[in-house]
Amino acid sequence: MAGGSKPPPLNQRSNWHGVLLAMDLIFTNLVNGLMLGALYAIVSVGLTLVFGIIKVINFAHGEFLMVAMFLVFFATAYFGVHPYVTLVVVLPLIFGLGMLVQRVLIEPLQDSDEHIMIFATVGLSIAMINLMLMLFGPDIYSTPSSGLRTVVDMGPAMFLTGQLNILIAAIALVGGIHLFLTRTQLGRAIRATGQNRAAAQLMGINVSWVYMVTFGIGVSCVGLAAVLIAPLYPTSPEVGQYFVLLSFVVVVMGGLGSISGALLAAMIIGIVDAFAGFYLGANVKDLVVFGIFLLVLIFRPQGLFGGARNMSHVS
Amino acid sequence: MLKLNNVTAGYGSTTILHGISLEVNEGEIVTIVGGNGAGKSTTLRTISSLIKIADGSIEFEGEDITKIPAHKIVERGITMVPEARQLFPEMTVLENLQMGSFTKVARPHYKEKLDEVLTLFPRVAERLSQGAQSLSGGEQQMVAIARGMMACPRLMLFDEPSLGLAPIVVSQVFDVVKKIAASGTTVLIVEQNVFQTLQIADRGYVIENGEIGMSGPAQELMGNDHIRKAYLGI
Repeated sequence: MAGGSKPPPLNQRSNWHGVLLAMDLIFTNLVNGLMLGALYAIVSVGLTLVFGIIKVINFAHGEFLMVAMFLVFFATAYFGVHPYVTLVVVLPLIFGLGMLVQRVLIEPLQDSDEHIMIFATVGLSIAMINLMLMLFGPDIYSTPSSGLRTVVDMGPAMFLTGQLNILIAAIALVGGIHLFLTRTQLGRAIRATGQNRAAAQLMGINVSWVYMVTFGIGVSCVGLAAVLIAPLYPTSPEVGQYFVLLSFVVVVMGGLGSISGALLAAMIIGIVDAFAGFYLGANVKDLVVFGIFLLVLIFRPQGLFGGARNMSHVS
Repeated sequence: MLKLNNVTAGYGSTTILHGISLEVNEGEIVTIVGGNGAGKSTTLRTISSLIKIADGSIEFEGEDITKIPAHKIVERGITMVPEARQLFPEMTVLENLQMGSFTKVARPHYKEKLDEVLTLFPRVAERLSQGAQSLSGGEQQMVAIARGMMACPRLMLFDEPSLGLAPIVVSQVFDVVKKIAASGTTVLIVEQNVFQTLQIADRGYVIENGEIGMSGPAQELMGNDHIRKAYLGI
């Protein structure tokens, strides 16, 4: 820099300090936004996968998250294990529950009107909430944090170790699902079924099985999310609605059925959420998030990253 | 090889096929011709089990396959090349071909079958990494046929393979069907392009309002007055 052996005058120095502080805040909010976005991404990927392949909007997606969070709570409480260890129990259980729901609820309605399907999943959502209210009441259950609420202070940015793990898990999940869908025989069968169900049958694909597996994978994403967020957020029968409302925004913004779109939209929503929450206040942030959502719906109804999806149903 | 006995089928409460009986022998090219809505495609969709059969039975190689689900029919050796191609639009051409050999029966033969279809369709070989929806109609039809061959079928069903294609491509499609038959695969083909189909076929069935109206050697059908008037416009 310019010569600079003489220190700058005092008032100028404090200005610099103010700028640095503002930069710190921006950076902190950005990091927080990314981590929040990562959580929305994990939840949304499952939702968009189910929609893209089975063409079902699963309004009970959040309730699978809620049930999974209760599973994490009870598993940690009774076995005294680290919350992350419960993944080995939670994932298979949620996967199985998803397959069951697809087989007994969705499949019989597959060929009926789409509206019926919406009623079915909304009904399932209400039933699951009320079942849990009946069993556990409206109370809040706190899963032990097991050190995941430790603050990591990385210079300008501060976050919890649990949040960092969510970000890592989100990247691994999206990458993993992408590899699964493009590189494995079952993954390709899932994509084929989503693109043309009748042709998939003609290839020898058991479409009904593929749908069950897809639904299972879709809700397993919230199984993973539950394990990651249970140590950070309290569990209650209504917790699913809180997280999943924004995931619907993410899925529509990313382009229904698009996994990469969901990831990017989740990050955008996460960052907007964090900044709006900090600078405008918690009351106004939903206004900003849903305002953006409405603008996207008006100007790009196919989603920010939704391409030519209408081509996929050549009849 | 394939035998339909009094097959009745349709969509929901609408019956389209009223007691269809027909037979395909090994090594033959058999065609079902008829007008729009006569039930040609429905017959093929019933054989491949995309539509549930209401009454009657279907036998393949002496076994009853009436109640076998669609994905198992392919394993038995019957593959349908569906109407309007029905490729997987967001997959590459190669991925479409990979899907063709999805069954346990076909998977071990993937490499040799791929070589075989790429030799038969050099144009497809040039387009392997392209998205299926970026191809022209004729190229898509070739991929659809190639994909069907990947399943190692002993009986191939073609549902209107010439539909919507330019005349020169139509001749290529019929050439390919002839080659497939010459290589030992039995062919059942449904067409509105009656003249060209009867030229390559051994035998034909004429379907009218969901019933078989007439049947016989293709040469004979071509000489028939009713067929000449109704379908050939002569």
